[in-house]
Amino acid sequence: MQTEYLITIDEFCTKHNIEVSFINSLQQTGLIEITTIEEVGFIQTEQIQQLEKFMRFYYELDINLEGIETISHLLQRVTDLQEEITELRNKLNLYE
Amino acid sequence: MAFIDYYKILGIDKSASAKDVKNAYRKLARKYHPDLNPNNQDAKTNFQQINEANEVLSDPEKRKKYDQYGKDWQHADDFEKQKQQQSQSGGSQRVNYSGGASESDFSDFFESMFGGAGATRGRQPKYRGEDYTTEIHMDLIDAYKTHKQTLSVNGNNIRITVPAGVENGQIIKISGHGGPGVNGGPNGDLYITFTVANHPTIKRLGNNLFCNVELDLFTAVLGGEITIDTLDGKVKLKVKPETQQGTKVNLKGKGFPVYKNEGMFGDLQVTYIIKIPTNLTDKQKSLFEELAKASNR
Repeated sequence: MQTEYLITIDEFCTKHNIEVSFINSLQQTGLIEITTIEEVGFIQTEQIQQLEKFMRFYYELDINLEGIETISHLLQRVTDLQEEITELRNKLNLYE
Repeated sequence: MAFIDYYKILGIDKSASAKDVKNAYRKLARKYHPDLNPNNQDAKTNFQQINEANEVLSDPEKRKKYDQYGKDWQHADDFEKQKQQQSQSGGSQRVNYSGGASESDFSDFFESMFGGAGATRGRQPKYRGEDYTTEIHMDLIDAYKTHKQTLSVNGNNIRITVPAGVENGQIIKISGHGGPGVNGGPNGDLYITFTVANHPTIKRLGNNLFCNVELDLFTAVLGGEITIDTLDGKVKLKVKPETQQGTKVNLKGKGFPVYKNEGMFGDLQVTYIIKIPTNLTDKQKSLFEELAKASNR
């Protein structure tokens, strides 16, 4: 069985001084997943880096949730395309 | 520290209001924020500069000092003291605003501030440490086997295990080995990009390897046994009689190790290149002629 590392939403929000409603909105748009155990909401620690990125978009760059969702999809496409470029470059090596 | 024109960086003039500063910063931050420009060093440098410009110009007190003293604005209090002393003693001294030059590097001020997160939402904001990036160059034979390697990142030696099968261009993250966090914030991460150099004779595509093997005409016609070099040592191959130029033979499990799947390997595809003999002796020529006649040519 795989161990999951979790942090409570309240603790995360207190540490970063942000509203719990922001986390809930991210969950509603499907950008993050929340685990609920005995009515307490938790965030998986592996999602924290992504969550902090969304926080920066929202609080520092003034990007709304719809914008974050769009950017998130586009960044995923950039990552996929970068991987494809690397793969194609490696394929090109066969003919060099 | 060289003078950096913060107004120029934000694209505003000296009469810009606080709202103008904020808008200009937000606009540029949306363009250059590292989160929006993954693996883009230029964007990162630009973002550091605009962040620094914003830190100074969005703070009325810092901005006032900057406007008055330029590059020396951080020592404004010392200058003020000096001024007072000189006016008391009757002397005068003009403090020059030195403008014009700009450097690509951000200033020391920013170095002390920047940690991957800029906003100050609390009294003592915690900054996540900066992410570091580095490269490891290796050849195909190194990438074939799991090995340990010591890296020097910002003066610290980190010993890592490089699993067999890393790809050219692959990036791995080592959590917590980036820059230190500020005010108890977490450390950044270290991102390592692997560059695997081409092998002179063996090509790689994913987990499969490809190589050309020269076959002499006689073995190609009559069949036989040859020994080829692979990354895993020598391998004996049976060659079928009447093997044609360009024939491909697939050697299952003789390719590259599958990344993080111990014991799993791709295939090795061997392509035969038939070598026509040269500098034939008279006897060899007459034998070929005899062969040609026998073949009705």
